[in-house]
Amino acid sequence: MGKTIAEKIFDAHRIDTQPGDINVLSLDAVFCHEITTPIAITDLVSRGKDRVFDPDKIKVVIDHVSPAKDSKTAEQGKILRDWAKRQGIKDFFDIGRNGVCHAIFPEKGFSRPGYTIIMGDSHTCTHGAFGAFAAGVGTTDLEVGILKGVCTFKSPKTIKVDLQGVLNKGVYAKDIILYVIKKLGVNGATNKIIEFVGPVIDNMSMEARMTLCNMAIEAGGTSGICYPDQVTVDYLWPFIQSEYKTKEEALQDYQKWISDKDAIYDSSLRIDVSSIGPQSTIGYKPDQVSDISELGRTPVNQVYIGSCTNGRIEDLREAAKVLDGQVIHEDVRAIVSPATPGVYKEALKEGLIDIFMEAGFCVTNPTCGACLGMSNGVLAEGEVCASTTNRNFNGRMGKGGMVHLMSPASAAASAIKGYITTADRLKEVS
Amino acid sequence: MKSFEGKALFLDRSDINTDEIIPAKYLTEITKIALKPYLLEDLKVEGFDPSRDLNDIKVIVTRDNFGCGSSREHAPWALEMNDINLVIAEGYARIFRQNMFNCGMMALELSKKQIDEIFNEFQNEPEVTISADLDRMTLSINSSSHQKIMPFKISDFDLDLIKAEGWVNFADSRY
Repeated sequence: MGKTIAEKIFDAHRIDTQPGDINVLSLDAVFCHEITTPIAITDLVSRGKDRVFDPDKIKVVIDHVSPAKDSKTAEQGKILRDWAKRQGIKDFFDIGRNGVCHAIFPEKGFSRPGYTIIMGDSHTCTHGAFGAFAAGVGTTDLEVGILKGVCTFKSPKTIKVDLQGVLNKGVYAKDIILYVIKKLGVNGATNKIIEFVGPVIDNMSMEARMTLCNMAIEAGGTSGICYPDQVTVDYLWPFIQSEYKTKEEALQDYQKWISDKDAIYDSSLRIDVSSIGPQSTIGYKPDQVSDISELGRTPVNQVYIGSCTNGRIEDLREAAKVLDGQVIHEDVRAIVSPATPGVYKEALKEGLIDIFMEAGFCVTNPTCGACLGMSNGVLAEGEVCASTTNRNFNGRMGKGGMVHLMSPASAAASAIKGYITTADRLKEVS
Repeated sequence: MKSFEGKALFLDRSDINTDEIIPAKYLTEITKIALKPYLLEDLKVEGFDPSRDLNDIKVIVTRDNFGCGSSREHAPWALEMNDINLVIAEGYARIFRQNMFNCGMMALELSKKQIDEIFNEFQNEPEVTISADLDRMTLSINSSSHQKIMPFKISDFDLDLIKAEGWVNFADSRY
């Protein structure tokens, strides 16, 4: 009987089993940020177990509130900073070198095919784009991961999402994943892995694959996952060239992380992406999704381009294309947050930051910022934001606020018009 | 081992998310106890007022996909700091459910039919208490007018986590 990629990764990492279909897996990487890790650290200290299983496998960033906004967030950063130093953790990214966790860690080459990765952050599923099994966990799982290098998971059931056809102009990975979540529902993938396959994925960049996998959790999924291929090897080559003589050799090796043809799936979903237009969420749940063309004019107060979903250079390029030579609507305030210093520098080099600023955007440093209403960009009661982030829960971006999730191109178009729209509808008379 | 009994709160809604259980603005806290006053602060469920309805509550009964969204263990901690160690629902988001057992708490899953029965028979009673008997694997649901006994299932591993008071103790003794 054939196996899925996730089953193969489980088989290669299983060190024990427990009753109730529990697999205890060894971990290749434990990622940490300043919001969910400090309590794990203080608990380990209080237990007299201030140790880490392997300092080289722990990667740490301060990203959610950066720079610190008050004494409490300053203290969170301090706990993490002191711990990383004390434990000899070399890969620690502090302000100036930090970025949104799920953007900076891939950029540094930390996400690899066949890896098992956990982090105290639900969007850790992003790293499945590299053919890894990557899952968000709570602080206790993180704590045990830090101490012992293990974590428990049920055996993976997989939903195969087969993406056929050709993307329409103005339609991106974000539109596809919103459409998939609409089809699956917010708990349609609970305890399951969403495996993305098909020609649409084959032609997709690593950045777009990360956008897809990032939102697997919004359908309840443990992770999203794509097969490693030439695109993966090309992206990772600067980091793996000491391990392989040639890219061909790397590609050959990574083929072990591809599902067998006779693998057993829990269910399958085949989507012709040619039928999908630009999408937006319309309520307080990520599965409440509509084709933007079917929406009336929903006014927006704020536009936010950034986050672990859509704050990468490709996202900024697509938004800047729409904004080039345009000015945002007078009733809109717009924020762009490049997800990493690398993205920021590239955007400067390409003149994208100029375009954003000429259009009237506020450019912030790399941070999670408004996405979860923890630091800059919080909405007031009753305000509406067109956002490239991943979650639209009631109050997410500020108490009483409404968040509409969409692609960077649609968010940029909405900033210009002052209501939710798409780039190809900009010429419509206001 | 924690206590799994006491006065119940009924939250008649599916998809109650982690932002509703504890808003993100409180994630800057670095102690669990600091979360105590903010439990369910922003939750919108008809007839529910957190400032009035959380007094002495030890058990929550709710519908499907409870705890969806964030990985934040602050959600179970906010419950734990209010002595609410037992949640009974039709289903949970994976991370929330794991976090509960990892803390030695119980996220008990019952069928839709069982959850419907509990809501239908008890939701409008003035005071309902629920206790979980881990030896018999039964729930006892009690109001002034009647009592109902329901069987439940949890895996041996989840039971081990409860008895060990969480995953850190369990893992540390084995791996």
